[in-house]
Amino acid sequence: MKKVLLLGVAMLALAACAAEPATLTVMTHDSFVASEDVIAQFEQEHNVKVNFVLSGDTGGALNRAILSKDAPVADVLYGVDNTFLSRALSEDIFEAYDSPLLAQIPDELKLDAENRALPVDYGDVCINYEKAYFAEHDLALPQTLEDLTQPEYAGLLAVENPATSSPGLAFLLATVAEYGAEDYLDYWQRLRDNGLVVVNDWNTAYYTNFSGSTGKGAQPMVVSYGTSPAVEVVYAGEELDESPTASLVGRNMCFRQIEFVGILKGTPRRALAEQFVDFMLDTTFQEDIPMNMFVFPANPQAVLPSEFTDYVQMPEQPAALAMAEIEANRDAWIEAWRQLMLGE
Amino acid sequence: MKSERMKAGRLTAWLLPPAFLLIFYFYPLGRVLALSLTEWARKGLSGWNWEIVSGAIRFTFYQAGLSTLITVLLGVPAAYLFSRFQFRGREFLRVAATLPFILPVVVVAAGFNALIGPRGWLNLLLMQVFDLAQAPIAIQNSLAAILLAHVFYNLSIVMRVLSAAWEGIDARLENAARTLGASPARVLREITLPLLRPAFISAILLVFLFDFTSFGVILMMGGPQFTTLEVEIYIQTMQFLNLPLAGLLAMIQLAFSMLIIAALTLSGRSLGVPTMPRVRQENLRRPRRTWEKVFISAMAVFLLTLLVLPLLALTAQSILVPDGSGGWQISLEYFRRLFENPRQSIFYVPPITALRNSQLYALASSALALGLGLLLANAAGGRRRLSRWLNWLVMLPLGTSAVTFGLALFLAFGMSAAAPRWYPLLIPLAHALIALPFVLRLVEPALRAIPPNLRWAAAALGASPRLVWRTVELPIIRRAAVTGFVYAFAISLGEFGATSFLTRPDIPTLPIAVYRYLNLPGALNFGQAMAMAVILLAVCTASMLLVDRLQLTNTAQTDKGELTDHA
Repeated sequence: MKKVLLLGVAMLALAACAAEPATLTVMTHDSFVASEDVIAQFEQEHNVKVNFVLSGDTGGALNRAILSKDAPVADVLYGVDNTFLSRALSEDIFEAYDSPLLAQIPDELKLDAENRALPVDYGDVCINYEKAYFAEHDLALPQTLEDLTQPEYAGLLAVENPATSSPGLAFLLATVAEYGAEDYLDYWQRLRDNGLVVVNDWNTAYYTNFSGSTGKGAQPMVVSYGTSPAVEVVYAGEELDESPTASLVGRNMCFRQIEFVGILKGTPRRALAEQFVDFMLDTTFQEDIPMNMFVFPANPQAVLPSEFTDYVQMPEQPAALAMAEIEANRDAWIEAWRQLMLGE
Repeated sequence: MKSERMKAGRLTAWLLPPAFLLIFYFYPLGRVLALSLTEWARKGLSGWNWEIVSGAIRFTFYQAGLSTLITVLLGVPAAYLFSRFQFRGREFLRVAATLPFILPVVVVAAGFNALIGPRGWLNLLLMQVFDLAQAPIAIQNSLAAILLAHVFYNLSIVMRVLSAAWEGIDARLENAARTLGASPARVLREITLPLLRPAFISAILLVFLFDFTSFGVILMMGGPQFTTLEVEIYIQTMQFLNLPLAGLLAMIQLAFSMLIIAALTLSGRSLGVPTMPRVRQENLRRPRRTWEKVFISAMAVFLLTLLVLPLLALTAQSILVPDGSGGWQISLEYFRRLFENPRQSIFYVPPITALRNSQLYALASSALALGLGLLLANAAGGRRRLSRWLNWLVMLPLGTSAVTFGLALFLAFGMSAAAPRWYPLLIPLAHALIALPFVLRLVEPALRAIPPNLRWAAAALGASPRLVWRTVELPIIRRAAVTGFVYAFAISLGEFGATSFLTRPDIPTLPIAVYRYLNLPGALNFGQAMAMAVILLAVCTASMLLVDRLQLTNTAQTDKGELTDHA
């Protein structure tokens, strides 16, 4: 038994040795990816080690930053999006920073006038459809959200629960933008009557329900991302001339998620944190974003890869809601939605 | 002097496990509850909806009760099979039954989908054979999917815990009763079942707690219309950051867990009939009668269908690669691509590294769980009331919300910039806490069943307590200890909820690597995720078979009991 215990202690010690000293800590969500040499370039230029802490989904990372705001776990938080930004601002976890790079970034992406949160990238949550299904069944594509309540699309759409999924919440907000806070529930009732399928997470929706994915599910339409058709080509595992899927990009059918970076209050490494924020907004990192995270760089000077220009459709008019309105009503909208959609 | 040192040693052995629980379970939990209460006092309780909460409580009990019932009903014949019969493929089936434990829910969901999804192979086959227009099996987002997944995950608990006890029953007791004229039914009623009762209760308790706090299965396979306390805690914590309500729900869940554990622990009181330790596999024999052969074949087919078919479906998905002309071909492409890092991602890890991380964590946590379990079982030895208390206490982490526990660990140990450095230490500790009930439930009854006259005899011959422990007790309970170790290993490999708060991108484990591939669409990502899961399965099968084999040869060397027939 002693041997077993000793072995255990040795294992623990061994695991601990793997830890490395961190200099600049960046907290972000699980979907964060960047290229090794891009990060290494920053590390060399500023003689630091960048330590990334991946903390669950968008909400999870933000919640952790809020819970630890008295003793910040990180220096920089990246990945808060516009559906949660006002929670971050009202909890006062960021320090303002007027980065010189902000001048290059379009005003419509800057949602915080005080520059506590700086836009890094954006992407649209859209309905993806399986092209083959619509061609085989000679079915016209839905042009509006309202079209989805028509009988010819009965049982063809899978969406995510807004209480457990970030794209699910974005799509809920798109319907609020289209129908208003008074009537969006009526719309969902009509969707429900038309055989809408609701699941809890994007993984299940995409890989189990969506007929256009490897899972070969039962629904040819799914709430996913505007860039998903491009990802299907990049990660097809074979050469594809065109994507098997595409997005529905009619008016208010997509919701634009903007992701922000901010310097966490109380960081002892303010200067380094500023340099890292500048680095994130500059072209090297910005051009690294699309093929890693499959969202659009906020800085228009970044050159887009051909996969994006070839396979990603831009929405005619993405749904828009004022940030204050989202913050004031988000939880109530979700609660009301749950009552309606998940009740008997 | 010597006795002084021994006393000190015993005291340490006594204090270590409770101290461990105190520091790594009660303290963090206290932190999270304190935070909930502070927030409650500051902001008040919002979002309280009695209908949702009472609905969640009702459904939690309903699904857990039903899942446990089905799992036990199917597990009893399986346990009988493994404790009485020798047949080809026995070891493989035993190991296969444990494998679900190590698989993340997202992978299991993919396996079931490939089999019985709307265009799953089984459905396509049935449609072909019976000329059906629609898929005959449609269980996605239904209670049936939850039940199926729970049985899939937990059947092996009933099988292993029960068959360990069954195998240990002294067959001479049953034989004597038969000789004295008791009918087989009476032997079952008056000898076998009473002797099995503690193990039976343990199995029910473990399975129920697992189902009671089940999270991924409800979320991913059940769908949004099913809300359990655990799911509600997750939503209130992660989506609404409503800590007062989340804390309240966690306390409700914990209170129910305590009641259930207390009730079952009390009813599981051992009969206190020490039985001579039996030679391993003494009770095993080859089937002879027709009904026995039929029973074995039927059970084998059932277990293969339930446990192995989904795993085969996974494997198939990892080797079926699009051939470029709309069809499929068998290829190791996805496995090969696992070793490439085309985008030079900073978070890329070769599968070998992820595998090594997973195994190191699992090894550390199972060693820790086994060590603590042995200490606890020893400390409780002979003292019934104390042992019940410890049993009760140790069970608690299993009945605690993984979301709450993860958050608790973060609040207690994660609140500084230097904290991530300690995560690799915390993960095995958290896993050991979750695995400890298993180890204790297996080891403690085995230890208690040792007749005291064995110890007395050894002591009378001059053996020190330590020597008695090493030469008498340890060899006897080795089988239970190894089974406990295997379980702890599997639990650590598969645990995701609590430790998702403690992961470090530079030390990813295999389940995390699987999730990372599934973050994006694309056949390649999906195929690579499945390939990663298959590697996990293959390595675990190999190591578990090895452990089983080692266990077998060791016992065979120490005592050469004759296999007797008890027809």
